[in-house]
Amino acid sequence: MVADILKNFFKKIFSNLFSQKRELKLGFYGPPNAGKTSLANRICKDFTGEEIGSVSKVPHETRTVQFKEKVEINYKGKSMTFKIVDTPGIATKIDYEDFLKYKLKRGEAKTRAKEATQGVVESIKWLDDMDVVVIVLDGTQNPYNQVNITIIGNLVARKIPVLIVANKIDLRKTNLKKIEAAFPEYDVVGISARYGKNLEEFYESIFKLAKKVK
Amino acid sequence: MVKENLGKIKGFSIQFLPYSEIRGLDSTQRIKKILGIVLSNNILLIQGRLEAEEETRLIEDTMAMIDHVKNFKGIELAVIGSDGNAGFLGKFRTKLVNAIAGGDIGAVTIVGPATIVKEIKRNPKKIELLLKK
Repeated sequence: MVADILKNFFKKIFSNLFSQKRELKLGFYGPPNAGKTSLANRICKDFTGEEIGSVSKVPHETRTVQFKEKVEINYKGKSMTFKIVDTPGIATKIDYEDFLKYKLKRGEAKTRAKEATQGVVESIKWLDDMDVVVIVLDGTQNPYNQVNITIIGNLVARKIPVLIVANKIDLRKTNLKKIEAAFPEYDVVGISARYGKNLEEFYESIFKLAKKVK
Repeated sequence: MVKENLGKIKGFSIQFLPYSEIRGLDSTQRIKKILGIVLSNNILLIQGRLEAEEETRLIEDTMAMIDHVKNFKGIELAVIGSDGNAGFLGKFRTKLVNAIAGGDIGAVTIVGPATIVKEIKRNPKKIELLLKK
């Protein structure tokens, strides 16, 4: 009992001392084609000058977890260092025939589907390692997708702070209010990763989120 | 476990699984049971819901099976919870009932093979099941 109290005391002291220096793992999760890599690219480009991965209209472009270390985000005089972790989109079904619509050859489509299934498993395995997570949703899609709810449920169970980003606010079809109504217990920030819209609010929310890390 | 007619609409059925059937099972057994039913071309209605970790495990196992089971393209999954937008008292009552029942028995989970179920449109209190032609 006394040992636990002392342990917690010293842990708190040390975490307060080094909290500003520690590199937090910031994960980008969500369904395929929501804009996770576009957003991660935008951040990495702004603060390191380099992108993290390629983007495409074809779903499941990101099929392995990719990350960039020591990304120092500076916002309004504040600074925090993150390890940006961009994950493959999580889905419950993957059919290689869906890729044929994007003019991929049958062999390429099959390979992409196989890699995509492995990517989903990899994404889920990385959940445990995250300090904070940004759920990136396509603002034009129905937010009541079970994948979104399942990921958030897992993060809550693991006590990992969550921020929900409604991407593609540049599109008229985007319904930010519907996303806010679907997740009333979470902060929802509408952005356009493609055009860099409303990133100030996003960075502010990220700094707030980082403070919740235990 | 896998039937030859997987992926063909002809012959699918809807099965109902009461919570009592999965209450005593561990996570591995629950997921095995669910995937076994779905792989036999059935749409499954489950009374209650899986734990958050079990839902992700279900997705992981589904992904592994796509690579290993011919004609299997994955699942469609939707859950309607019992608490919805209830207020503090409503949520407390739901939690109490769930604790007594040993699970969220007021929820409904739908799982179907993606070869049959095109989409499950979910709104807070409504589920629409769209089947493939």
